[in-house]
Amino acid sequence: MTTRQLSVFVENKPGRLAEITSALAEERVDIRAVSVSDTADFGILRLILNDPDRGCTVLRAHGFTVSLTDVLAIRINDQPGGLAAPMKLLSDNGISVEYMYAFLTKTEGAASVIFRVSDSQKADRLLAEHGIQLISEEEIRNM
Amino acid sequence: MFFQKDLETMPREKIREIQLERLKWVVDYCYRNVEFYHRRLDEAGVKPEKIKQLSDVQYIPFTTKEDIRDTYPYGLFAQPLKNIVRIHASSGTTGKPTVVGYTRRDLDTWSDLVARLCVAVGTTDEDIVQISFGYGLFTGALGLHYGLEKIGASVIPISSGNTEKQVMILKDFGTTALVSTPSYALYMSEVAREKGVINDLKLRLGLFGSEGCTPEMRDQVEKSFHIFATDNYGMSELMGPGVSGECIYREGMHIAEDHFLPELINSDTGEVLGEGETGELVMTTLTKEGFPLLRYRTKDLTRLNYEPCKCGRTFARMDKIKGRSDDMMKIRGVNVFPTQIESALVGLPYIGPHYQLVLRREGFMDTLEVKVELIDGSLLDEYKKLAEIQKNVRFQLKTILGIDTIVTLCEPKSIERFQGKAKRIIDLRSENSSR
Repeated sequence: MTTRQLSVFVENKPGRLAEITSALAEERVDIRAVSVSDTADFGILRLILNDPDRGCTVLRAHGFTVSLTDVLAIRINDQPGGLAAPMKLLSDNGISVEYMYAFLTKTEGAASVIFRVSDSQKADRLLAEHGIQLISEEEIRNM
Repeated sequence: MFFQKDLETMPREKIREIQLERLKWVVDYCYRNVEFYHRRLDEAGVKPEKIKQLSDVQYIPFTTKEDIRDTYPYGLFAQPLKNIVRIHASSGTTGKPTVVGYTRRDLDTWSDLVARLCVAVGTTDEDIVQISFGYGLFTGALGLHYGLEKIGASVIPISSGNTEKQVMILKDFGTTALVSTPSYALYMSEVAREKGVINDLKLRLGLFGSEGCTPEMRDQVEKSFHIFATDNYGMSELMGPGVSGECIYREGMHIAEDHFLPELINSDTGEVLGEGETGELVMTTLTKEGFPLLRYRTKDLTRLNYEPCKCGRTFARMDKIKGRSDDMMKIRGVNVFPTQIESALVGLPYIGPHYQLVLRREGFMDTLEVKVELIDGSLLDEYKKLAEIQKNVRFQLKTILGIDTIVTLCEPKSIERFQGKAKRIIDLRSENSSR
């Protein structure tokens, strides 16, 4: 069970993030999770949205270069070691994590994390077999 | 000091006499041996017999870089390849190089003319000369090489690149004269200073060319390297280095008028300009056998001075090149046309066809930034892949241009669009160089 993330190409210049977030706000697209990383020249903004398809259309219409990527979203216990178990599981099975970022939810005692891994299907299966709770796109939509 | 004193100090009447005799020869020679010129001259209604005096050269149509390109690779050669002993090439506007050929006699003339300009600035058989131009298809390195050998100098054909090694050789081999672009010489001097060997060098003379050298730049090189810096001019279409060069007085570059007939024209109208006016240099080769050219438009803007020089030379002198009449960029001695960049970019995956070029001078090296738009997001998820796109663009550009560039990915539509003629070049070099 993967979920889709929107990746947006952003030049390193003032006002770009404001423009993207405003464009989404105007169309009532809600941001569930966000991560931005950059090099000297450009950045990639990664977004988990309540409606990724709509977000994609909106940003394309504003002239941004965007793409949808499959990522995994999991819910873990908000306690020491909560993240270590799934990480170890992936690593033991030869799956590498390309990037990850945390995700705020309103559920008490739980934390959520977004991953992009080298083999999504395999990771999906493994996590499910080991009882790690995956979050669906549907669930994100209704949060 | 002279290499061929009797020729270099001929009175003006004698120069004109030789030029007329050779002009008649070359027009007839082109008419008989080059199909392109046969047709061109017929179309213009100019039979070789029509050339009766030097000013009759004006009846002959101009030859342009496009003409050379259109006849790629050998269409303008006037001799069968059997008689061609060397082929050189320079970068062209479409990625296809401009190809030139030399007969054995052409090579001999070439080395004589290079020998003249080397001797004119005081190079002797005692000199140890390091040639830091890139060897290969470009005419710069081999041109200087054979001219310097002809005068008996000790030639070190080190070629370009690896600056630390260049500096080591400068010091260890006791190099006394350096052949390079002025900007590269400046860079070498900085490295020599960093290495703490600047005061251990025997270097006394710089023979610079392949890119323009302002007086300010020259002063900087001289101060930095403690040398006497001189400028010379040439282009592969005409022969390579040796077309003109300074003497020790450095009041213009003496044109080898016994082998080239210079004219100046208004770039827009083609009208021939008088002495003292600034215009585009047009050259007719007077003795070349392999690749003769009639009224070749060099696109270089300069001025001519027919006053005999203090050094005793009587050949016309041309000013340092003031600029180009088209939009060719000269970057680290290499000709770069925006159209070449365009042809490299068009059709590359993930990026759009719009681009912008930013030229800067960092330290004393020219840099070229190529801004392109990332229009396809399918590789957007990973930096690695974006970096691969950048690398691929850089590689394509390097293949076509022969120089390294900085490739910047931009957002779609962030590069300015133009209706009509696009202004794609932002040249910040003069701003920076005043630092």
